[in-house]
Amino acid sequence: MLKESKRAVNSIRSLVEEEDEEDDVEKVSWSGEPVGSISWSVKETESSIRSTGEVRDQSFPKIHTAPSLPKNSSGYSLSSLFKGKAKTGSFQSFSESFGDPSIRNYAPELRKPKSEYKDYVSDWTPEETVKRMQQGKVYSLEKFRSLQDKLLLLDEAVNAHDGNVITAVLIYLKKSLSKEILFRELITREIALRHYIHYLKEIGEQKLLVELFKSMDRTEDMALMQYRDHLNVRDENKKRDFLKNCLSFPFSPDDATHVQDHYTLLERQIIIEANDKQVESSGQADIFKKYPRKASILNMPIITTLYYSCFYHYGESDGTFSSPANIRKTFRISDKQFLLTCLGARAKLKAWFDVDALFTTKNWLGYTKKRSPIGFHRIVDILQKNNAPVQVLQDYVNLVEDVEQKISLAQKYKCHDVIINTYRDLKDRQQLIVYRGKVERGSSEYRKIEEILSNSQLRWKN
Amino acid sequence: MSAHLSYGRVNLNILREAARKELREFLDKCAGSKAIVWDEYLTGPFGLIAQYSLLKEHEVEKMFTLKGGRLPAADVKNIIFFVRPRLELMDIIAENVISEDKMLSPRDFHILFVPRRSMLCEQRLKEQGVLGSFINIDEYILDLIPYDGDLLSMESEGAFRECYLESDQTSLYHTAKGLMTLQALYGTIPQIFGKGECARHVANMMLRMKREFAGSQTQILPVFDSLLLLDRNIDLLTPLATQLTYEGLIDEVYGITNGYAKLPPEKFAAQKKQGEVGKDLPTEPKKMQLNSAEELYAEIRDKNFNAIGAALSKKAKIISAAFEERHNAKTVGEIKQFVSQLPHMQAARSSLANHTSIAELIKDITTSEAFFDNLTVEQEFMTGVDTDKVNTYIEDCIAQKDPLIKILRLVCMQSVCNNGLKQKILDYYKREILQTYGYEHMLTLNNLEKTGLLKPQTSTRNNYPTIRKTLKLWMEDANEQNPNDISYVYSGYAPLSIRLTQVLARPGWRSIEEVLKMLPGPHFEERQQLPAGLHKKRQQGENRTTLVFFLGGVTYAEVAALRFLSQMEDGGTEYIIATTKLINGTSWIKSLMDRPEAP
Repeated sequence: MLKESKRAVNSIRSLVEEEDEEDDVEKVSWSGEPVGSISWSVKETESSIRSTGEVRDQSFPKIHTAPSLPKNSSGYSLSSLFKGKAKTGSFQSFSESFGDPSIRNYAPELRKPKSEYKDYVSDWTPEETVKRMQQGKVYSLEKFRSLQDKLLLLDEAVNAHDGNVITAVLIYLKKSLSKEILFRELITREIALRHYIHYLKEIGEQKLLVELFKSMDRTEDMALMQYRDHLNVRDENKKRDFLKNCLSFPFSPDDATHVQDHYTLLERQIIIEANDKQVESSGQADIFKKYPRKASILNMPIITTLYYSCFYHYGESDGTFSSPANIRKTFRISDKQFLLTCLGARAKLKAWFDVDALFTTKNWLGYTKKRSPIGFHRIVDILQKNNAPVQVLQDYVNLVEDVEQKISLAQKYKCHDVIINTYRDLKDRQQLIVYRGKVERGSSEYRKIEEILSNSQLRWKN
Repeated sequence: MSAHLSYGRVNLNILREAARKELREFLDKCAGSKAIVWDEYLTGPFGLIAQYSLLKEHEVEKMFTLKGGRLPAADVKNIIFFVRPRLELMDIIAENVISEDKMLSPRDFHILFVPRRSMLCEQRLKEQGVLGSFINIDEYILDLIPYDGDLLSMESEGAFRECYLESDQTSLYHTAKGLMTLQALYGTIPQIFGKGECARHVANMMLRMKREFAGSQTQILPVFDSLLLLDRNIDLLTPLATQLTYEGLIDEVYGITNGYAKLPPEKFAAQKKQGEVGKDLPTEPKKMQLNSAEELYAEIRDKNFNAIGAALSKKAKIISAAFEERHNAKTVGEIKQFVSQLPHMQAARSSLANHTSIAELIKDITTSEAFFDNLTVEQEFMTGVDTDKVNTYIEDCIAQKDPLIKILRLVCMQSVCNNGLKQKILDYYKREILQTYGYEHMLTLNNLEKTGLLKPQTSTRNNYPTIRKTLKLWMEDANEQNPNDISYVYSGYAPLSIRLTQVLARPGWRSIEEVLKMLPGPHFEERQQLPAGLHKKRQQGENRTTLVFFLGGVTYAEVAALRFLSQMEDGGTEYIIATTKLINGTSWIKSLMDRPEAP
């Protein structure tokens, strides 16, 4: 269907020469923004000024945009605090009637207060005060002196759901109440508490924040919140020290393990990175010459680190920090994950012997057998993705237990021997004949099928 | 530019005009030539309100994006900063102001805070010693922005996170205020329904604000018959599922931001003039505006993607036929008539070409094995298959290091469809994720748990199957070509949020009390008194108009489902949709992730 419409479009195109930017067609710049839209214009006026001296492609101007500003949050966040100066009210009302708005279309008067009232009375109730704060009018919090009055004010602010006002009231309470009392009252006021936490973070009062969490018995939250700050530490040594410091925080048992692992991992990565960098630049090890490192291992996840270790440090003794076995043990990596990662790395290096060894187990009689915690069909897929030759692939295809799956994999990856042998073992002459039609006449596969079919010893089932 | 806003049941252009008027008034406060320095985030939302031409008419000669260092030279009298109230932006502004060259003729500085001014920000400017440099400090309240003829958005990305993770309900306050503005323009809404904690708060605030302004009733005949407020957290499932409408898929694959999608340029290069063949292909993405102003797009955007091919080819035939008409044009009059239609036909043709290209791009994805496998697992979860076991597909995806957000969407979906995961399974997924993607993601996992998207099973009873059956969330025989039920938007899954909306209209929520109790938060109904004489006399067979407000975001597929209900012949209700932000599973999960701040 799409092809049809594409064809139609093309045929129409040949009828009429391109005259896209006619007067009545909206003008669109290549990047698609209507010429004249705000973001287009920002770029235009900006590029004409800031681009002087640079050579630019005329048709597709590359515009220098600003370093991206934080975008992930709305403007209505906790950080937007209350308004200070008196200002016309932000709520509006109407005295005029518009009749049916769906017909008339003009700009109505918005955001003009109907009346300024009680501007000079100073005994405002909590409700009135909060309202005035929301409207940006003059207000005074100092008259709320008793604890009870202050709390009424706070509850009223919370009721209004306006973060600006809540924070403003909290700032006043912070100034006028002892922290013990304020903390105690915040325990039962979840929303106010959240705003308070955000406010303390914003102004950097880390110490007070820790005290707050402790008094609330919400130490897990505190631990997580402090751990979060590691995201913004860029230097790896500082980050490691930061994480080390986090170890003493009261995380939940699960999270504590994760943080411990995180720290251990980065500590190791720093050692491995320093060592490998040195080895690589000195040109001592072939592996680095043959496969130069593309990126630093610092701050990579554990599985990536294991892959790296299987790639560059395979066969090292268990005692070294960088050996796969040591990493596996330290970070309690599951058999499945270990196998998959190891397999990926060794297959990438085309180290088929290592791959083979991964699956080989010996029983007490000395017989070897291939085992895998993951179905062999998946092993085949992974090997194939790493361009394993047919000779390697077919060994693993052969290990797939389900016969149908085995044949379909063998067909997908052209493992002729596997298919031919399977049909022979199934004594399925018909299928073998069909398959003969699919392979190239005179090829070795073809001859092999011929040979089997002419073997009078075999008892075919069909 | 905005005509498409007035075609709907409710003329949303009135709202846009009101916002434009306020903007003009502010600009006129700063007399003389001006340059605007933009917080880049704001240009998108502002683009829905105004074009550069409006600013130009009010002597805006230059526009820059906000960045540190010295402001570019511009021979203007005023420099106006359009910014969100954020401390880090204040530091940049201060830097700009301090590095201003004193030798040049002095320029006047102004700040316009969007959506609100903030004392803390002003304090920061004071600390930096620049507060005195500003002549005007003002705010521009941009609550509800008309997004399309039947769609309003606050374009507030963080709303879900703030409400459900950080317990910051400021965005609810803005929602209530936006709804008051709306009532000021379109009349008091007589009935308010709602479900969820946040919905309850918003309704309370509205009623309270109304009481406070009791003396100044608007004398406008109500345009809306009712308002339905829905919390996003009563339906966590829908946004996690892959949207299967045309518009939904464009959003899933390329992302639609402030009404624009950025598409890979290769497919569109062929449309350039033929003489330019030798030229290098453009590397910049093609940016396309997507709204109902484009006739073809309005027609096809809400269709299931599997019906798009047929729709486009039908359109192609119509357009071809129209072009063929030229052979029949014999008389001068006929030729003249044909020529007069050419511009419109050319626009239609170029629109068809664009959408054929987009459809091809998307088809490459929807026909891929990966897409199919992912969808299969989603549908298994939604129908309740094996939601209590470790899913091997998810396991494989982790092993292949597929994008983390994809994994999180699936794991959360499994958790939601199973009313929580067994502790052992949850721990297993968490370990795999942390080991493969990095330990720092424990913060994100914690966030997902706090919002209920991911949780350990607390009771053995899984009530999702009951909800699914009662609300008919899964329809076996969803008709993608000629739909007869909203489930077509997810090829079988009927979004829970929209089912609630549908049932409310008919037969009413009383019929599903049991299910409502299983979903979080209260459900309620309120009435607002209308001034005498404003009671609407409904004509026989006249449709009701309901405003549905999604607190915490809505997907394009849900919007499509509501449009489908509006268009049903015997539906009886037309819907206008409002939300804090248009979301999809990816943008939603992203908003809940903790990541390093941009350097």
